[in-house]
Order: sequence, then C-alpha cells, then structure tokens
Amino acid sequence: MLSFVQPNIDYHALAPELVLVGALLLILLVDLVFEDRARWATSSLAGLGLLAALIPIITLAVNGHDRSMFGGAYVVDNFALVMKAVFLLAGYVVVLMSTDYIGEGDYYEGEYYFMLLSSLFGMLIMASARDLISIFIALETLSIPAYLLAGWRKRDLKGNEASLKYYLLGVFASAVMLYGMSLIFGVTGSTVLTDIRDGLGSGESVPIITVGILFVVIGFAFKVSAVPFHTWAPDTYEGAPTPITAFLSVASKAAGFVALLELVFIAFEGHEEVWKPLFWILAAITMTVGNLIALRQTNVVRMLAYSSVAQAGYMLAPFAIAGDLSGGNVGAIKAVVTYLIIYAAMNLGAFAVVIAVARKTRSAELSSFGGLFEYAPGLAVLLAAFVFALAGIPPLGGWYAKLAILNVLIDASTPWATVLAVVVAVNSVIALFYYASVAREMLMRPVADGDRTPVTIPASLAASIGLCAVSTIAIGVAPNLIARFSDLAHFVS
Amino acid sequence: MNDFLNDWGLTLAVFLPLLGAVVMMVIPRGEEDTHKIVALVSTLLSGAVGVWLLFNFDYDHSHKLQFARSDSWIEVINSRYHIGIDGISLPLLVLSMFITILVVIYSWNHFPEPHNPKAFLALTLVLEVGMNGTFVAQDLILFFVFFELVLLPMYFMIGVWGGEQRQYAAIKFFLFTLFGSALMILSFLALYFKGGQTFDMPQLIQVAQANISHNTALWIFGGLFMGFAIKVPMFPFHTWLPDAHTQAPTQGSVILAAILLKLGTYGFIRIAIPILPEAAHTWAPWIGGLAVVGIIYGALGCLAQTDLKRLIAFSSVAHMGFVMLGIATLTPVGINAAIFGMVAHGLITGMLFFIAGSVKDRFHTLEIRRLGGLLVQAPRLGWILGFCAMASLGLPGLAGFWGEFPAILSAYSPAAGMSEALFRTYMVIASVGTVLAAGYLLWMFQRTAFGNPPEEFADHHIHDVHGPEWLAWTPMLAGIVVLGVLPGLLLNITNPAVMAAFSRI
Repeated sequence: MLSFVQPNIDYHALAPELVLVGALLLILLVDLVFEDRARWATSSLAGLGLLAALIPIITLAVNGHDRSMFGGAYVVDNFALVMKAVFLLAGYVVVLMSTDYIGEGDYYEGEYYFMLLSSLFGMLIMASARDLISIFIALETLSIPAYLLAGWRKRDLKGNEASLKYYLLGVFASAVMLYGMSLIFGVTGSTVLTDIRDGLGSGESVPIITVGILFVVIGFAFKVSAVPFHTWAPDTYEGAPTPITAFLSVASKAAGFVALLELVFIAFEGHEEVWKPLFWILAAITMTVGNLIALRQTNVVRMLAYSSVAQAGYMLAPFAIAGDLSGGNVGAIKAVVTYLIIYAAMNLGAFAVVIAVARKTRSAELSSFGGLFEYAPGLAVLLAAFVFALAGIPPLGGWYAKLAILNVLIDASTPWATVLAVVVAVNSVIALFYYASVAREMLMRPVADGDRTPVTIPASLAASIGLCAVSTIAIGVAPNLIARFSDLAHFVS
Repeated sequence: MNDFLNDWGLTLAVFLPLLGAVVMMVIPRGEEDTHKIVALVSTLLSGAVGVWLLFNFDYDHSHKLQFARSDSWIEVINSRYHIGIDGISLPLLVLSMFITILVVIYSWNHFPEPHNPKAFLALTLVLEVGMNGTFVAQDLILFFVFFELVLLPMYFMIGVWGGEQRQYAAIKFFLFTLFGSALMILSFLALYFKGGQTFDMPQLIQVAQANISHNTALWIFGGLFMGFAIKVPMFPFHTWLPDAHTQAPTQGSVILAAILLKLGTYGFIRIAIPILPEAAHTWAPWIGGLAVVGIIYGALGCLAQTDLKRLIAFSSVAHMGFVMLGIATLTPVGINAAIFGMVAHGLITGMLFFIAGSVKDRFHTLEIRRLGGLLVQAPRLGWILGFCAMASLGLPGLAGFWGEFPAILSAYSPAAGMSEALFRTYMVIASVGTVLAAGYLLWMFQRTAFGNPPEEFADHHIHDVHGPEWLAWTPMLAGIVVLGVLPGLLLNITNPAVMAAFSRI
C-alpha cells in the first residue's frame, strides 16, 4: 500500500493560475447574483483578471528561480513564463475584442467570459506541463470550453457546424494522441517527460516507439491545424464568433505548439529520426497547401483561416531540423516562440479590424471591404499593415518572425533544411498575393454598394486594435523588444 | 554642431523624412497646403543634411567608411544598426535625396487621381527613408529592411494612383521583387553562418571569402544575384518593369527609374561582388551575357513601342544593361562607369519620365502616333525632350556618355582570368546597342516633336513648361550638363573607393 504523501505546493508558482481561477469564479458569481443589471461587468472582470494574473508572472520572472512541482510534472521555467504571458495578453486582447461583440449580440455574456477564462486556464497549465497526464488535462481544459465557444451563435447553422466539426475532430485527435501516449507509457513506465526521455533512450527505435511518437504528434497536428489534419479549421473559423476565431487561431494554436515543443524537445529528443522527416513533410505541405487554398478565398475570415494554416506550416519548420543546429535544439525552440509571439500580435490585429468593419457591413466577404480607405482610412491602413505583417514585409513585425525561422533553417545547413528554407521563401511570395488582395480591395477598389457611412468603433475594440498595431510595428522596427524574451524561452532539463 | 552631425548626420538624413510622414499623419486630410509644406520641408531638411555631408566628406579618403556609427539593434541575431558612407554610396545617397525633393516640388500641382496629397506625399517620404537607408546600411539585415521598405509605398503608389492596369502592374512589381528578396535573405543568412557569424558588411568583406568553399559561394551568389538582378532589372527578369513604369504615376516612375533600380546595381557593387569575389568571377561572364542581351532586347523593345512611357521604360532595361556590363567586367574602370551610369541614368531617365508625365497632363495621351509637333505647340517642353533624348543616347558632353562609353570600353579588357574574346564580343554587341539607342530615341523625338500638331490637338492651347516644372527640372538639367562636362566631379569621389574595394579581384 502506498501511503498518501502531501505534495509540496509552491503557491507562488501557481499564483497566475490561482488568480485566473479566482477571476472566473467571480464572473460566475456576478452573473448568477446580479442577473441582467451587471452583465456588462463580466467583461471588465475578465480583462482585469487576466491582467492581474500577469502580476505573479512578473514577480516569478523577477525572482528568477526555476520551480518544479509534483515530481517534475509541473515546471515553472522561463519558457513557461514567457508563454503564459503570451496567453494572458492574447486573452486580454480577445476580451477587448469581445466586449461589444458579445454585449450587443445578447450572447450569454457571463458564461462566455467564464468559458474563455477556463480555456485560458488550460493554456497556462499547458505552458507548465511536463508530464503526459498534465499535458492531456491541460489540452482538454483548454479545448472543451473552446468547442462550446465555437458554437456560441447557437441559432446560426454555420455556428453549429463550426462547433460540431471542431468537437468531433478534436475528440478524435485526443483519442489518437491518448493511444500514442499509452504506448509511450507502456514502453517507459513513466509519464514525466524527462523520465520518458531517459526511458526511451536514443538509437534504433522499436516499432512500438515509432507508432507512439507518430500518434502523439499527429494528435497535436490536428490541434495546430497542420495539413492534412486542418479540415476543421476553415469551417470552424468561419462559423465561430469572430473574437473566438481570433482566439482559436492564435491562443489555441499556440497551446498546441507549446505541447509539441515540450513533447518533442524533451520526451522524444533521442528519437528524432522518427519525427524529423514527419515534421519536414508536415511543414512543407502545410504551408504550401494553406497558401494555395487561401489564394482562392473570397471571404476574409476564411482567407485568414487558411493563412493561419500556412503560418502553422512556417512554425513547424524548425522542428524538422532538430539536432542539426550549431547551438543545439534550443535555437529551434526560440524560433518557434518568436514566431508565436509576433504571429499573435499581427493575427489578433487583423481579426480585430475585421470585427470593426463587420460592425458596419455585417459581412466578411472580401468585396464588402471595397473602398474602405475612402470612409474609414484608419481601419484600412491598419488592416493593410496587419496583412502585410503576416506576409512578412518590413518594417512590420512579421519579417522578423520569418527571419527567425529562416535563420535556424539556414543554420542547420543540411540539404534538406536548405530546401525547406527555399520552400518557406517561395511560400511567402505566394502568400503575398492574397494578403495584398485584401489591401487592394480596400485601397484600390470602389466602395461596395456606395455606402459611405463611417464605421463606429467602440473604445475597447479600438484599444485591442491599437495594442496589436503598436506591438506589430514596434517589433518590426526593434525586434529586440521580443527577441529578448523569446531568447529566454528554453526548458530546464 | 559638427560633432553632432558627425555622429547623427546619416541617421538624420535617413529618418527626417519619416518624421515628416509622422507629422503628416496627424494633420487632417483637407489641409493640402500644410501637407505639401511639411513634405517639402522634411525632404529639404534631409537634403540639407545631405549637403552638409557633401561638404564635410573627406574626399581624400573616400574609400573609408565615414560618418559611421554602430549601435546595438537585434543582439539576439548579432545584427547591428551599422551605417556609414564611402565614395560609392555618397553619390547615390545624394541623388536619392535630390530626386525626392524635386518629386515633391513637381507634385505641387500635379497630383494624379484620386488626388489625396496627404497619402501620396507620406508614401513618397517613406520611400525616401527606404532608399536613403539602403545606401547607408552597412549591416546585411539592416540593408534588407531598408531594401524591402520601399516595396509597400511603391506598391500603393502604383496601385492607387496609377493608370488603367494599375492593380495588375502593382502586384506584379511586388511579387517579382519579393521573390528576389526572399532568395536574397536566404543568401544573407548563409553568409552569416558560413562567412563568419556576422552580418557586418565590412567584416564580411574581410573574412567571408576565406571561410566559404567555392561551391557554396556560387550558390550564395546565386541567391544574391536573384535578389539584385530582379531589382535592376536584368533580362529575363525585366518583365515587371515596363508594366510598373507605364502604370505608375509620373512621380512613381521617376523615383522607380532614378533610384529604385539602382538599389539592385548598388547591391552588386556593395555586397555581392566584394564579399564573394571568386564566385563573382565565375558568374561574371553570365551576368555580362545577360547584360548585353538586355541592351539589345531593350533597344529592340523600344523600337516596337507605341507608348511614350513604355518606350522610356524599355530604354531603362537597355541602359541598366550597360551598367551591368560595366559591373560584370569586375574592373575598376567598369565599376566606376557603372556608378556613373547609375547617377546619369537617374537624372536622364528621371527627367524623361517627368516630361512624359507633363505631356500626358497636356494631351491626355502618350500614344506616340497621336502626338506630334510638340516644338510648335510647346517649344520649351519640346526642346527639353530633345535635350534629354540626346543625353540618353549618350551624346558626348552630357552625363549619359560617361556611363555608357567607359562601360563599353571596360569590356575590352575584363578582369584577369576572364575570357577576353567573350567580353570583346559583348563590347561589340553593346556598341550596336548604342546605335540602336540613337535610333529609337531620335525616332521617338522626331515623331513627337517635329512636324505639325495632329488635327485633334491643333486647336488646343497647350501650356508650355510652367513654374513648378521649371523648379523641379532645372536642377536635373543642370546636373546632366555639369556631369557631362566635368565627369571628374563624380569619378574622383567613386574612384578611390572602387579601387580599394576591387583591387583584390
């Protein structure tokens, strides 16, 4: 009989999660007690809660100790702190975008923010999870509220489709991944990632290890919408409320990448011969297929959905060169984190402007953006800035993200890595065509149906656009602002 | 003051226009005059710094990097804000400032549809930041950022203010150049990792050659070649140019022809050849071949054109062919000629596009068939066109001659180790190109300026050259004459720098 041992709990390390849980419980209470009168307060509470959760992250960062709990299953290192800050800030921007969208749509405000914060709570756990079970729990905690949020417009058929597709494929992916995890556990007898690494050893892989690794990676390939596991993404993105689309395409995708980084670069480190070719293929086809299909889209949200598929392809590329870098795998991790941070700023910004424009046009069709510059020059310029940032045109932030990826690919200097670098380069040219088509519609085409009434932008939405715009441009001009943080992002091992 | 400008002069010269653009952002769109004044003042201020640089440049040591500064920028990837100018970049930097000022002056009453001076001038200023920055950058990543910075404003300038096919031309320009720079950045990164863990150009020039194997260097040079050759543009990557030039508004064409094309040739002289001289050696015959094909192809293209602006655009392909031929010889004579050719082409072709724009304003067409008798209706405009055509065909005594003639001459004896027979063949072909150039330019002049005005315009009152045009054009015309008579003014600046940079080849 094993006797129960009280685990040693470091409350400082858990403080961000605890603050977040406090905020979401508070929202639930306010929603319950005050009925309709104080519904509006829930969004403010959500925003404040997210900002409050940032405070312990700062104190932890200043304190500087790496903390490990529950036998190494839960670790607060620099990587975890950087990613938690990204999740919280992205969540904050999503709350700003949602405030009026949800408030005006009569969409169960209290529950909405409760779900959103629950999902973010899962992401915070994911950033610290160093154990198969905690990764799985984090994944489900962040996914299940997201399935509900995707179908938040419950009287809308597309909303239902969005939610159902996301749910079914998400659960399927979880099942595949769990099966893979069980195989890994069967071989190594441990769920802690570092123990798995030692248990798997290096050298020749027996088939069962290969299958286990493949299943786990493929499970997360669904989550980050890598081709050919991306089919849910465009429909879900189109049908979900637009702030949730932004949330899924940035925060949820980032969480998937966090899990992949943890699993691949800690647990499976010794077996790169299994997953390196897999990632090479995933990266190359994800970016190419995503971009080619995006070329044909006439709806901006669907276009951004495929663009985010393609962007995932760029972020998968550094996985394909592990073991070939002059400074070790940490370079690949940093490149992915750099890309995630910059991608979050520019993609959230693009969605925020789409939300603002749709307030007037009630549509996300590309043609409804025609002549936007004539009646809303500010919004048009900002959306142009965000899409060209996504295309990677200096001086907007995206160029540094692309450079970070290309940097490690060229550093690896194997023929395969160089070929992948060329694939990335060619893809960024293809992508420019559809990103520029958004700018062309806004600046070079006549006003759609001649309606020139100006767009009214509520303060919180304006704040979210402003935050994203300032970060996108500031990062582009002085990449060191974020390079300093992503440079810290490595695991304790 | 001098100490301050020594440290900050170049930074000011690059970023003062940006300051102007930011100021314009907060001024309401309706106050057009304020916008014009802000734009003019910021280009003038930047130009004033340029004049100060001209006077304080140490001409005896023009091979040394001057007014340099190096600050930390992106520590993580070891890229620095390293800027400075030597005798190669000084003339181009000054040209860029000078042309932008004149473009702003010309814009005073020449805003193409859909008007909007605020956006138009702000884009012009951002363009200047990119162009000036490219010429002063001494760090590959910094160079890349400035090099790319010109894309967005030019895309919008063509796409919003351009002619009928503007959207097609704009995206074509954008896609072509982005494709080139995507490969270029791969080469930059390869230079970093193979060449000595630095993006610093002067350092790479010292160490890269020794660290990189010949085969790898050939590939890296290939990436650089794609980036720069598309920008120049060399045959067969030139197809974006006629479209972009024809569709761009006058100001856009002028900036495109006078400065943007030079970013490509400058890249060859500043980066590709000095850092990888041996690879350049292997590539040079091919570059020279493409250059002479461009000369002949551009000239034949000109003969077939029916549109004045398209004709000038094709003549750019031919002229840049001479510049590239000069570069391909890898000799100091050739490189000097190339730099001279770049400046001369900037002045002359920039001027020709200005004239084309003014012709379009007056006749609302650029179809050569419908024009004629310009000398009767607007004699001054006609004679200026004639003067520029002469300069463009390389008449001795005008600037064009000193770009073209020494470039051809340098092909007689290319750098050691390269096939003399091949380059002498190139020389002969290029000489044929000059004859063709005389042909298409004189024919163009004859059809547009001589004879009687065509019937459809016979009764129109055609305004001759007016105030802002005189203001914008006189300095350029003067520049063409002065450089034609005193080529030493420019060659004395460039030669020591070229000798120092290319003595190793």
